Amino acid sequence: MRNKLLWLAWITATLTGGGAFAATMYYGGDFRAVFLIGETTSGHHQIEMACDACHTDMFGGIDALQKGCMTCHGDELKAANDSHPRSKFIDPRNADRVAVLDARYCVTCHREHQPGITNAMAVTLPTDYCALCHRDIAKNRPSHEGLAFDTCASAGCHNFHDNRALYEDFLEKRHAEPDYKEVLLVSLETWVPPADASKPRRTALAALDADAPAAHRGAAKHTADWALSGHAAAGVNCSGCHQPRKRIRPDEWVAAPGAKLCAACHTAEARTFTEGKHGMRQRDGLWVSRKDDFPGLFQDKGLTPMTPALARVPMKDDVHAKQLTCNTCHGAHKYDVTFARVEACEGCHADEHTRAYRASPHNSLRDRVASGDLPKGSAVTCATCHMPRHLARDDYGGEMVFVTHNQNDNLRPNEKMIRTVCADCHGLRFTIDALADTALIKNNFKGKPAHHVESVDWVENRMRERARRRQQQ
Amino acid sequence: MNKRLKIAASCTALACAGVLAVGLAAPARAGLFGSDDKKGVSYETFTDMLHLVMASDRAIYTKKVVARLAAKEKVITASEHFEDEKALPLPAQMFRFGSEMVSSKTDKFAYQLLSLWPINKQNAPRTEVEKKGLAFIAENKGEKPFYGEEELGGKKYFTAVYADVAVAGPCVNCHNAHKDSPRTDFKLGEVMGGVVIRVPMK
Repeated sequence: MRNKLLWLAWITATLTGGGAFAATMYYGGDFRAVFLIGETTSGHHQIEMACDACHTDMFGGIDALQKGCMTCHGDELKAANDSHPRSKFIDPRNADRVAVLDARYCVTCHREHQPGITNAMAVTLPTDYCALCHRDIAKNRPSHEGLAFDTCASAGCHNFHDNRALYEDFLEKRHAEPDYKEVLLVSLETWVPPADASKPRRTALAALDADAPAAHRGAAKHTADWALSGHAAAGVNCSGCHQPRKRIRPDEWVAAPGAKLCAACHTAEARTFTEGKHGMRQRDGLWVSRKDDFPGLFQDKGLTPMTPALARVPMKDDVHAKQLTCNTCHGAHKYDVTFARVEACEGCHADEHTRAYRASPHNSLRDRVASGDLPKGSAVTCATCHMPRHLARDDYGGEMVFVTHNQNDNLRPNEKMIRTVCADCHGLRFTIDALADTALIKNNFKGKPAHHVESVDWVENRMRERARRRQQQ
Repeated sequence: MNKRLKIAASCTALACAGVLAVGLAAPARAGLFGSDDKKGVSYETFTDMLHLVMASDRAIYTKKVVARLAAKEKVITASEHFEDEKALPLPAQMFRFGSEMVSSKTDKFAYQLLSLWPINKQNAPRTEVEKKGLAFIAENKGEKPFYGEEELGGKKYFTAVYADVAVAGPCVNCHNAHKDSPRTDFKLGEVMGGVVIRVPMK
C-alpha cells in the first residue's frame, strides 16, 4: 500500500513538474528562464524570453535557426553588400571550404548562449578564422606577409560582412581627403522634399484651431505645446492622433495613442525603432502568442517595452523603470526634436561617451548653431551619428528622408558609421583612425586620433608601385 | 568469293555492332539527365543548352548595353562598384548575379565564370577538373568544350567547361588595364576564361 502511494505520488509529481516545464516552454512566463542554457549575448539578451524568435521550429534544426537569424538580420546583410554571402558557400566548388567553415549558416560563427567563447561582434570562433580560407593571402598581397590572422578583422582594415567603407578602391578614391572637409554640413539635415503636386501641403494650425472636444481638452499646456509642434505646423490636429477613426466613430477618444498610431504616419521611423536596441522587444512577430490554443487557461503577456533596468550599458539610477516608447524621447504634444536629439539620450544613458558629450567639439558646434553663428545642419548631436537621416529611394522615382530610429544600425563594427555619418565632414583616413581609437571614442572625440590604421598607407603604396611600373613601360 | 563475302558480311556486322555499341554506350557513359532514364537528355546536351542561353545573354548585355552605352555613346560608365559610382554592373558581375540567383532557387545545377587569369583570385580554378578544363579550352581556342566528372563534398558532379571569349572591346580593355589583372595582352576574340557548369549526377 505504501509502495503504491509512493508510486502514485512520484507519477503525479513527475506529470505536474513535466507539465509545468512544458507549459512554460510553450506559452512563456518568467519561469521560462530555466531553459536558458548560458548567458545570452548583448545583442539578444532583451529578447531571450521570446525563444521562438530564434528557435522558429522546435524540430527544425539548423535551418530553423537560420530562418530566425535572417528574419531580423537578412535585410541588413543585403544592404551591407555582404562580402561573404551564403551564395558563395552553397557553390559546390567550395565544398572543401564549407567542410572547414560552414559559412552557409550564421551559427557556425555566432553561437548564442556561449559566454565563455564569445568575442567581439558575438563571434564564437577563435579570432584567426580568416586563415581557414585565406592562409595564402601574402601570395597576392606581399604587404600582408607575416601578419597575424587575428588582426584582419580587428585592426580596422577588414570586416567579414560589411566592407562598404573599407574596400580598396573606396580607400584609393579618398586617400588624400583632408581631416576636415571644406564644407562641414550633415548632408541630409537640410534636405527638402521634391514638390509633389498630388499632395498639397496642409495649412499650418494655431492654438485656436485645436479640435479636441471640450470634455477632452485637458491642460492648457497641452494645446500650447501642440501649437508650437511640428504636428500643428503640418496641419495635424488633436483628432489626428486622439480620434483616428473620427469619420466612423465621432465620439471615440483615444486618451493615450500608442506607437502603432505614430506608425500610421511615421512608418519608417516606427519600423526602424523596433529594429534597434530601444524597440526590438516590440518588434512585430517577435512574440509568438499561443494563448488561443487553450483560451483562458494560460496567461501570455508578450514582452514589455524596454527599460533602462534591462540594459547592459551604464544607465542613470533614477530612471530604471522608465518604459521606452515614442513619447519617452519625444514627449507628448510638444514633440521637441531638439530635446530628442541630446537631452532625451542624456536622460537615461550614463556611460563615459555620453557624459563627455557636453565638453566635446561636436557639442560646441551645436551651441554655435543655436546661437545663429553657424547654419542649420552644422550641429552634431547624439542623434546625428546614432540615428542619422537616410535617403530612401524607391523603384518608381520617389524619394524621402527619414530618421532611422535603429540606433544600432551603424554602431558595430563602427566602420559602418563612416559612410552614414562621418564622411559628411571628415576625411577617410582621419575617420578610420578616430574610430579605431577607443580612448578618443570614450572622451567623445575631444582631440585628435592617437591610433593609426595603416590601410590607407598601404593603398597609397600600391598606387605608387603601379605608377612606377607604368613609367618603366 | 564466298569466303570474301563472308568476311565482308562479318566485317559489316562487326561495324554495325560497333556503331550500335558506341551508340548505346555513349549516352550510358555520359549519363542521362531527366526523370525518365530512357527519355532524358545526356548531361552534355543539357549543359550545352544551358551554356548557349548563358553565353547569348552575356554577349548581348556586353555588346548592346555595356559596349554601346559606356564605350561608344559614353552616356554612362560600367564599374565594379556600380552602386557607389551609379554605373552599370560589369558583364562578369551581371553573370555572377544570375548564377547566385539560380543557386538560391535550385541545386539541380550551378555555374561560375572562372579564369586562368582572374582579376579576383577567388575565381581561379580550384578543382582538378576546373584546372584541366580551363587549360583545355584555352589550348583549343574555344573550339570545343571540356566535359568531366568530379566528386565534391561527397557528391558526384558532371562538370562542363565552356570557353568565355572576348566579344567586345571593353572586355579586353578593362582586363588589360585592371590593377589586379595577371595578364595584360588579351585580344578581341581570345579565350579569357571559362564558364563552368556543374550538374549533380544520380
